[in-house]
Amino acid sequence: MSILELVRKARAAGDFSILSQGIPYMRTLAMQVHEANGVLTIELEATRMHTGNPWLPALHGGVIGGLLETAAIVQLAHDQDTDNLPKPINVTIDYLRSGRIEPTRARARVTKLGRRVANVQASCWQQDSDKPIATLVGHFLMS
Amino acid sequence: MTDEQLMQQLLAFRAQPENQSPHANFLGLEILDLERGRGWMRIPYHAGLAGNAGSGVLHGGVITTVLDATCGLSVISALARPATIATLDLRIDYLKPATPGEAITAAGHCYKVTRNVCFVRAQAYHDDPQDPIAHCAASFMITSEKTGEQRDEVETP
Repeated sequence: MSILELVRKARAAGDFSILSQGIPYMRTLAMQVHEANGVLTIELEATRMHTGNPWLPALHGGVIGGLLETAAIVQLAHDQDTDNLPKPINVTIDYLRSGRIEPTRARARVTKLGRRVANVQASCWQQDSDKPIATLVGHFLMS
Repeated sequence: MTDEQLMQQLLAFRAQPENQSPHANFLGLEILDLERGRGWMRIPYHAGLAGNAGSGVLHGGVITTVLDATCGLSVISALARPATIATLDLRIDYLKPATPGEAITAAGHCYKVTRNVCFVRAQAYHDDPQDPIAHCAASFMITSEKTGEQRDEVETP
């Protein structure tokens, strides 16, 4: 099934968890989409393969960036009208706390949805959503 | 020891899989070269890392990882002393989609080292550094010094 069909199907069924079928990166890195009361959360499984610094140990900054970017893209696919996946134009990631090898959750909010460009903010946390480990702000090309 | 010998020693150490991060090993990320304040890394293409099953274009997270790792490596080579570092922030411009099937090389340059913070820029490309896929500007915190030596500022060329 193409990504267009997946997005269409997800929207029709109100189930965005099927999107990961069209995003190989999500499956390889063990990320899942959960939806509760219309709010999407992306969960990154805790596995050793995500470790950046093995001595602390801490999550690799690249995995955290990938999780935040995925949250932004999935949220945009959820909010927009067209069926294709948006593409990142630029992203800024701030690393606030070191991430432990624990399940990590991310949520994104579309700040502005334009015809061609969207601005999105995303945040991820481990045990306490009031203590984010990293945040992202980025622009994405729609269509 | 000359700078070049020091870099060769650091390269030989960091090129060993057991001295790389588990995540770098998982993705097949490898170190290509090191100079004082500069680092080069490469990540092979893998269909399982695509952001879109239809197009096969690598996910932005993969580019983020190779750029973050290359920036960190450049900082380590600029410091050229045992220290632990952590990414403070990373800004990435995606200039064009990566070509499916092709490996990505990243070149980083730590152009300023201060007492607590290091500043880096990096580009990701396939073969030609003049035709980049992504550009990145980052800053890193020096989180700890593993030696008892006094911290001094290191200027990179």
